[in-house]
Amino acid sequence: MRQRTKPNPIRELTYPAATATPPSMTGFRDGYAAAQAGRLEALWRGWRGAVLVVAIVGAGASALTGCISVATPDKPIVIELNINIKQEVIYRLAADAGKTIDTNKDIF
Amino acid sequence: MARSVSRSTKRRSSALAAAALAVLALAVGAFAQSRDPAYAAARSAGQVGELMNGYLAVTGAGTAELRRMVDDINIRRKAVYAEKAQAQHATVEEYAFTSGCVLILHTEPGEKYQAPNGGWQTRTSQPPTRDPRCP
Repeated sequence: MRQRTKPNPIRELTYPAATATPPSMTGFRDGYAAAQAGRLEALWRGWRGAVLVVAIVGAGASALTGCISVATPDKPIVIELNINIKQEVIYRLAADAGKTIDTNKDIF
Repeated sequence: MARSVSRSTKRRSSALAAAALAVLALAVGAFAQSRDPAYAAARSAGQVGELMNGYLAVTGAGTAELRRMVDDINIRRKAVYAEKAQAQHATVEEYAFTSGCVLILHTEPGEKYQAPNGGWQTRTSQPPTRDPRCP
């Protein structure tokens, strides 16, 4: 299975056994092997785009994970819980505050 | 006889007057709900503005009289905030801040309010820029 002249790293990675050699270069193969190779080649052609996208997304994802694990923040991470709590309280009090303002118009 | 009738009428009329006065006082009490003219004027002139924290402040240099008025209103506001906050099981600051959100929203064009960056803004016909936590 190593008759090809030019190594193709992507094909090597994706289909290590069957698609490494296109059918045009396998004159001496037996029928079954040639048919199998042809089928796989057709499959490969059809799915090449998708496979490439998957490969690129995978590479991107791995790059991102790399960024997150490698880059450490120089400042401590502060989660401002106070903001959330406050907003919750504000929403709870808003109606009552509006009423209070309406009934004390002289000072508001 | 005539004298006693007259006296009883007088007494009745004075009682009526007292009742009327009481009703009037009650009505005045209930309708003491409008701003003092000096406060209203200072507001529309932009001499005082609404802070994000629910209190008033003098926007410029101000006068001693203006500062006294603002302090007086703020003390009364704080008393109201404290009472209502206790009823709502909230802190005075939380209640005051919430009121600040509402008060800034209720400002009229030309009045001043404190923007989230801390500076004074003059209210236009557009909605005011408020703290993102405001409802």
